Amino acid sequence: MSKIWILARMTFREAIRRRIVLTGLILGVLFLLIFSIGFRLIFAAMGEEVAPTGSALTNIARSETSGFLLLAGLYAIAFLSVAMGALLGADTLAGEINSGSIQTIITKPLRRSDVVLGKWLGFAGLLGLYSLLMSGGTVLSTFLQAGYLPRHMLAGLSLIYLEALLVMTISLAGSSAMPALATGGMVFGLYGLGFLGGWIEQIGALLNNPTAIKIGIVTSLISPTEALWRRAAFEMQSPLTAAMGGTPFSAFSVPSTLMILYAILYLLIALTIAVSTFQHRDI
Amino acid sequence: MSVAAIETEQLRKVFGDRAAVKGLTLQVEQGEVFGFLGPNGAGKTTSMKMLLGLVAPTSGTASLLGAPMGDLATRAQIGFLPEHFRFQDWLTAREFLLLHGELLGMDSRDLQIRLEELLERVGLSAFRNKQLRTFSKGMLQRIGLAQALLNRPRLVFLDEPTSGLDPVGRRLVRDIIHELKGQGTCVFLNSHLLSEIEVTCDRVAFIRHGEVVRVIELATLDQNLSLVTIRAAGLTSEALAGLAKWSQNIQTNNGLLTMTVQKESDLPEITRYLVAQQAEVYAITPNRISLEEIFIQTVGEDGGL
Repeated sequence: MSKIWILARMTFREAIRRRIVLTGLILGVLFLLIFSIGFRLIFAAMGEEVAPTGSALTNIARSETSGFLLLAGLYAIAFLSVAMGALLGADTLAGEINSGSIQTIITKPLRRSDVVLGKWLGFAGLLGLYSLLMSGGTVLSTFLQAGYLPRHMLAGLSLIYLEALLVMTISLAGSSAMPALATGGMVFGLYGLGFLGGWIEQIGALLNNPTAIKIGIVTSLISPTEALWRRAAFEMQSPLTAAMGGTPFSAFSVPSTLMILYAILYLLIALTIAVSTFQHRDI
Repeated sequence: MSVAAIETEQLRKVFGDRAAVKGLTLQVEQGEVFGFLGPNGAGKTTSMKMLLGLVAPTSGTASLLGAPMGDLATRAQIGFLPEHFRFQDWLTAREFLLLHGELLGMDSRDLQIRLEELLERVGLSAFRNKQLRTFSKGMLQRIGLAQALLNRPRLVFLDEPTSGLDPVGRRLVRDIIHELKGQGTCVFLNSHLLSEIEVTCDRVAFIRHGEVVRVIELATLDQNLSLVTIRAAGLTSEALAGLAKWSQNIQTNNGLLTMTVQKESDLPEITRYLVAQQAEVYAITPNRISLEEIFIQTVGEDGGL
């Protein structure tokens, strides 16, 4: 365990030294700033138009608007976290095998699985901080400006974090066997597939087309990333939105709890593949 | 008594349909400086990587310090400097050594002391807080060497340790190898630089097409005069025939006589004989056979391609 911890710390420090954290931080703050300004403008305009001040509907309209904007922001954050996870995982093992810097590490008295698990843990920590900053910042901004908090916030934000973790783990598995670029291609390909399947399922649900829904579910089994977002959106959307059938950033066809468990299993299998591939690889 | 530092038995590695190492059988004793010599692509690095557990052998067995290859506890007693040293260049020199010491499981107080000692030894004390990305190739090689010695290893693998080093750096590597030998550490040295091997190693294995073709002891090589060139006039054919007593291999060319002899102590006797035969001797020049000649003889003019 101690070796895993040393390597996790090394991974963390690497991200700081190589300015990955700084870049993420600057862009994150920029994102939050723009989101807050945008929220303020739209919230003010929309609130006035849909429900003039003093009307009985004001509160409902305001909270619906806030919920919609918050989900739009979180949707962007989910994508950014996915990209972050994909990039962190893609280069790490592949890059160090390529440069040879891994050689002095894995000839030390440690198991190769320690290296993979240490890196995973380090990245999981980084993504956790990133999620906390981005999701937390967005939710806080909405709360401060509109007094709005989404339903089941913790469950929803955890699912967004899980999505990023899943992508990072798949990326790490790819990186244990393939060059960084091929890994990146594979991970974004899978993400795109999940995204497409998700929309086929959504529209299928809207049109009551069971075949389209099935295609969507099968795609989610191949790539469960988008399903996690839709479940997160479902958890956080207001009851009214749910009753109306949702918005582009929420869910018509809700992935089941079984799908969430499947995604966790998927993650564990990807991590196992990463460990076992790296274990048997000639360096 | 003590177990061998390295013992391999028919170690073999096949990549696709090409055997990089055909069947390596080798024994290296503790405290010995052992050179592993061969042309590029002969399987030197692959052999070393197999011993270190970086590459899995296709077949065969090996043990290091008496334990089977890959044993984690034994790895704590082994040092390794890879070829084309590339390290975590976002770390400072000190952090880099700290990381590797922690991974070796060293006691933290001992590590602090050892780290400063080694930074001093490789001449990088002044750069201890500089990031490795700012280091020159020679400085990286030095910090890499320090890394390989952190745990006071009983067995050190150095893969082309002097490649890309200036004469001062090469000298440092050579001195450190001598110190290690003095401390009883076994050094396994991969190199194609014959002069380096010649001055540092006790024994040398020649490897060609992934097989050990010859192992020689350099100490005996020094005493083995193989070739003597004699410049003399007035040699009769009887006198020449009489030389067969010392050598089976005599060639004459315009009064220049070359012959191979077994012992240095034969030389005065040969001189007396020539003088007694009325020959006018101008010079007798012993040529110590060089490692280079043996290398060419052993792996062939084509370099084993």
